[in-house]
Amino acid sequence: MSGKPRLTYINGRGRMESIRWLLAAAGVEFEEVFLQTREQLLKLGQDGSLLFQQVPMVEIDGMKLVQTRAILNYIAGKYNLYGKDLKERALIDMYVEGMADLYDIIMNHDFKPANEKEKDLANIMDKATNRYLPVFEKVLKDHGHDFLVGNKLSKADVSLLENILWLEELKPDALAKFPLLQSFKARMSNMPNIKKFLQPGSAKKPLIQEKDIPNVMAIFH
Amino acid sequence: MAGKPKLHYTRGRGKMESIRWLLAAAGVEFEEEFIEKKEDLEKLRNDGSLLFQQVPMVEIDGMKMVQTRAILCYIAGKYNLYGKDLKERAWIDMYVEGTTDLMGMIMALPFQAADVKEKNIALITERATTRYFPVYEKALKDHGQDYLVGNKLSWADIHLLEAILMTEELKSDILSAFPLLQVSDHLISAWNVTHTFHCPALKAR
Repeated sequence: MSGKPRLTYINGRGRMESIRWLLAAAGVEFEEVFLQTREQLLKLGQDGSLLFQQVPMVEIDGMKLVQTRAILNYIAGKYNLYGKDLKERALIDMYVEGMADLYDIIMNHDFKPANEKEKDLANIMDKATNRYLPVFEKVLKDHGHDFLVGNKLSKADVSLLENILWLEELKPDALAKFPLLQSFKARMSNMPNIKKFLQPGSAKKPLIQEKDIPNVMAIFH
Repeated sequence: MAGKPKLHYTRGRGKMESIRWLLAAAGVEFEEEFIEKKEDLEKLRNDGSLLFQQVPMVEIDGMKMVQTRAILCYIAGKYNLYGKDLKERAWIDMYVEGTTDLMGMIMALPFQAADVKEKNIALITERATTRYFPVYEKALKDHGQDYLVGNKLSWADIHLLEAILMTEELKSDILSAFPLLQVSDHLISAWNVTHTFHCPALKAR
């Protein structure tokens, strides 16, 4: 046994991608097990590996952790990406929860029927540019630091970068009105662990391809 | 200034109810400002009180906290309801996420058409009795202690109690196959009956 965390999910972003990002940012190598059929998922549920019969599941430190937020909180706590006290944690949690709401609509975009995609994208961009991105632009402006909370890298920064990059994949000029987020993105992308994660051949997953969508749906439904 | 936390939400349960429960269980008195009409919400938005233009919002310790989970995590941490270390916190987080998923399904019901609602009630019953409650029953059985994590009351127990009561409102005999959950139901209610029944927000069930 290697001792590295082991991630069980499909070979795609979904709800595991945030976890891959956070481990990568923390400089933690990990292994992955990819589910390809519904039968594999059901079997894992039956043998007691999945507390609520769902993935993501991460084997780490002798535990089989499930529930995305529980996993992210554990990793953040273990690798000092969760602030120095309760109040910093509160800020990090608020920012991350806001971004999780945005992430949900971004993540589901690929699964929308073709005739709804355009409207859905408009909704995502509306929420991003009017509700979420301005908040983080202002946070960075108000304190003038490189990171969102406590002048130190935290899971809030990793989550923000992840969302920014996915938004740009959907619409390349998503950050046009947000100069500080643009420089945040450049700075973060240059940090050694993250730079490595952004290179081809890393564990970072590409956008799902249209042809793979039916198979993913079949695994989960 | 009273120093008590102040909750901003509509008069109903919604996403604020778990926060009311946790504060009550921690023995913390709080005030509530109810949003009765759209103008009330607009006012909060316009004066910059809502980070993402949404409620719940809780004024606590000089912060205007938003996002239900962030608020719950802060209260749990502050009042020692979040375990003693990272691993206990991981278990509490996992258990709470499970009950959050279950309660989320129930909270969505009032907004659904009658036929969808009926189908979902059946689904909720199935999930409660095959996916969620067995997990908590087994946890209590395996360690034989009164509380889910670390032999001490935590956020996970309060959240489970809330989920149990909410599911019982849908189907009163939902715990029939879960003897240990029945006991914990009464145990925790008894433990904090003073606080719970002195809290007007929770009285209105």
